[in-house]
Amino acid sequence: MNTTLAVILALAVGTYAFRLVGPVLHGRVTVPPRVQELAGAGAVVLLVALLATGALTESGGFAGWARPAGVLVGAALAWRRAPFAVVVLAAAATTALLRLAGVG
Amino acid sequence: MRSVQRTPTRDTHASLVRDSSLVWLASGVVGVSFGAVSVAGGLPVWVPVLMSLVVYAGSAQFSAVGVLLAGGGPVAAVATGLLLNTRTAAFSLAVAEILGTGRATRFLGAHLVTDETVAFALAQPDPVRQRRAFWISGLGLFAVWNLGVLAGAVAGSALGDTARYGLDAAFPAVLVALVLPALRADATVRRCALPGAALALAVTPAVPAGVPVLLALAGLLLHRRPAAEGDTA
Repeated sequence: MNTTLAVILALAVGTYAFRLVGPVLHGRVTVPPRVQELAGAGAVVLLVALLATGALTESGGFAGWARPAGVLVGAALAWRRAPFAVVVLAAAATTALLRLAGVG
Repeated sequence: MRSVQRTPTRDTHASLVRDSSLVWLASGVVGVSFGAVSVAGGLPVWVPVLMSLVVYAGSAQFSAVGVLLAGGGPVAAVATGLLLNTRTAAFSLAVAEILGTGRATRFLGAHLVTDETVAFALAQPDPVRQRRAFWISGLGLFAVWNLGVLAGAVAGSALGDTARYGLDAAFPAVLVALVLPALRADATVRRCALPGAALALAVTPAVPAGVPVLLALAGLLLHRRPAAEGDTA
């Protein structure tokens, strides 16, 4: 079998197996309330960690100033309860403008 | 937008589609660049297209293709991609209830579990809206992502350097907008999430991609049940 095809299939099967963990366990085992609580909190913890590493890092190093600055503008707007669209567009626009101005 | 109405269905759908569409747009452009990058690197068009349909995980796809193009070998490519996707197991536990009850629904829904759809669903205030948010954002994202990858792969590298558009700031900003209400409302979650994220940042230069986010789960050690309010369990 073609190696690239094997890579794709192995990735697909493994990833789908991870994704099935929740739906398969659900209803089969009684998940204690404490574990459900932790799963819910765990999702938020993962998302915040993704957001922090996604905003600040790139390939293991610092992502430069333009991206975190854009995310910070978005965060400030979200804190002021600005609409979702405004938050996301302002973040991307800030980063794009900073790069246009030569900030990395 | 949050007001309780007697017949909220149409408004709910419209507002969910409106909010999802920005995530779709940003993902679509990233998909175009994934297709373009893969083909520009020398892979045939079917590779990014098939991978996007069956693996369907942006960061894992980029890193797997990156390893392949850098000559890193198939085992390294698979290992990197899978490591990045381990978090979807935790996410699928968090949304298991949201997907729905039928077998087909759960097996199809599992494939749509991504950072974006989970964040979007969990940010909704009630179970009905959570389910709608998951499916609307998930099906749309799947369609847009795959069409974007196909377009990028066919068009080659026409888009150029996507960093110019600041789109790399869009996804972290999406996450900020989605998790901020949960962080604001729940001190316990805040106490886990902030040290967890700090730990992830601290180890990022030292460990392989995918590991930092998983290590953030150590923040859950700080999760204490609110025993002060007459805990009987």
